[in-house]
Amino acid sequence: MSSTTASRPAVPKAGGPGSAPRLRPTRGRRTPGRPRRSVLLTLVTGVVLLYSLVPLLWLVISATKTQAGLARSFGLWFDGDFALWENISRTFTYHDGVFVRWLLNTLLYVVAGAGGATFLAVLGGYALAKFDFPGKRAVFAVVIGAVAVPGTALAVPTFLMFSKMGLTDTPWAVIIPSLISPFGLYLMWVFATEAIPTELMEAARIDGASELRTFFQVALPLLAPGTVTVLLFTMVATWNNYFLPLIMLKDPDWYPLTLGLDSWNKQAATAGGEAVFNLVLTGSLLTVVPLIAAFLLLQKYWQSGLSAGSVKE
Amino acid sequence: MTTLLPAAAAGRRPDEPRVRRERRSWTGWGFIGPFVLVFALVFLAPLAYSVHLSLFRTQLIGGTRFVGIENYQQALQDSRFWDGVARVGLFLAVQVPIMLGIALLVALALDSGRLYGKHFFRISIFLPYAVPAVVASLMWGFMYGTRFGLVGDINDAFGAGLPDPLSSDLVLASIGNIVTWEFVGYNMLIFYSALRVVPHSLYEAAEIDGAGQWRVISAIKLPAIRGALVIATIFSIIGSFQLFNEPAILQKLAPNAITTDYTPNLYTYSLSFSGQQHNYSATVAIVMGVITMVVAYVVQLRGMRKGA
Repeated sequence: MSSTTASRPAVPKAGGPGSAPRLRPTRGRRTPGRPRRSVLLTLVTGVVLLYSLVPLLWLVISATKTQAGLARSFGLWFDGDFALWENISRTFTYHDGVFVRWLLNTLLYVVAGAGGATFLAVLGGYALAKFDFPGKRAVFAVVIGAVAVPGTALAVPTFLMFSKMGLTDTPWAVIIPSLISPFGLYLMWVFATEAIPTELMEAARIDGASELRTFFQVALPLLAPGTVTVLLFTMVATWNNYFLPLIMLKDPDWYPLTLGLDSWNKQAATAGGEAVFNLVLTGSLLTVVPLIAAFLLLQKYWQSGLSAGSVKE
Repeated sequence: MTTLLPAAAAGRRPDEPRVRRERRSWTGWGFIGPFVLVFALVFLAPLAYSVHLSLFRTQLIGGTRFVGIENYQQALQDSRFWDGVARVGLFLAVQVPIMLGIALLVALALDSGRLYGKHFFRISIFLPYAVPAVVASLMWGFMYGTRFGLVGDINDAFGAGLPDPLSSDLVLASIGNIVTWEFVGYNMLIFYSALRVVPHSLYEAAEIDGAGQWRVISAIKLPAIRGALVIATIFSIIGSFQLFNEPAILQKLAPNAITTDYTPNLYTYSLSFSGQQHNYSATVAIVMGVITMVVAYVVQLRGMRKGA
């Protein structure tokens, strides 16, 4: 880490208040505020990079192995039998293609749950950032306080409540609780505070725009990068959800991918159950890929949101 | 953006923000209303129902009867519960500082602009966050395990004597490793985003005053992102107290090390869904909720007060 000081451009110490310091050396044309790159810092951070990527690499490699190959080969290298395509087709067809059903369920939960959660968070964050209304502090305190309530404190009573309403073992039991993202609300609140100049809203109102029109035509476009970010996070949360469906769903036909993979994994431990670890791992890879793809695709927008935020001064 | 504003038409109004703030109206409710409505259904109603449940007890003989605070008295003396609390307490005392420390260092490294391939770093380190906790736990469980495990492979290949990560001595640390792997990138992103909005003119001013990198970090960057640091800490504490997915999945691989009361969340789950003790389960969950909120609140107070 000492490289940060070693490679730092020699900045002359400012003398008295009257002296005119050189901001940075003139050699090595660098844009202002962009320091020289450091090999050592890159290597040190590279350790964290390896930590993050090696398990994913292990997953990709493992998905190419047969059940027997998994046991006999080194984890971070390929086995003689390259079985990726066979594994994928078996994952999709195993147990009458239940994996496809789980994938579709997950998509449903993500579109309805994450989409709805993002919409509610954008509306609410906009309200918290740009309006002063009676009970505003109470709303915020209750929402933030509720985040600290353990999942099970809610899960058991929610399950009993939903069970009385006849909602358990239906998609609604997973979708409705997914609609609330306190963190999304917080993120949108912070973002809207920064991104929407109040003067712009006032100008729209002076021009006679209604509140709804001001929101949709003035605020929403400015909120786009924040919205994408919240959508990304709620998507991840819904796609990855395990605890809620575990409690709410008995019928494997409504399982999301997470619960389905878990059931395949447990199957090996049950009497007479077939061990399908190669399918568990291939299914895991197939579960991860769409989310990583979505993240990489959305990254562009999200990045523009970040730089837009950092330009303002 | 500022050039578009009708500032000239409106004239100079130095006290403008204060004037605007005084104008309270119910308009905001039109926008926050839908959130609050659903929130009441999926948060407040179950919470109230939970408190209601905790005051009753169902017995084989006599049915459900009101017992007042009896369930709470039982919970306060329940060593299975408190062992779990102590376990997640130890977990958060070790895992959260390690995870947030790494995340902060990476965020500062990214923000310094001194990394080669910064874009690649940022995406790659964030990627594990996109992996479901179930998949992460399955993956790491396989890697830890003797069947296809990397630990076994390394021992075979190099004659190393790595201990079994799923033994009861090490399984908590192994869970900590999974959670760290999942959330380092996420927290790094939160810190990095907060760092990005610090005005660069501050750094230039500091540079003119002769401040070095570490001074800029300690005097400008860290104070500027204190809000993000506090929020990330609180969310991590809450996450630790709610630990469920990782131990629940690993339980299949290490049934002796991870008991059904390993964490308070596992305990409430098994009370409710294996033991049918809905009332006592609700009580335990409420006590845990109160502990979590108290700890989170104390951290928030301390975090906001420091140097403010």
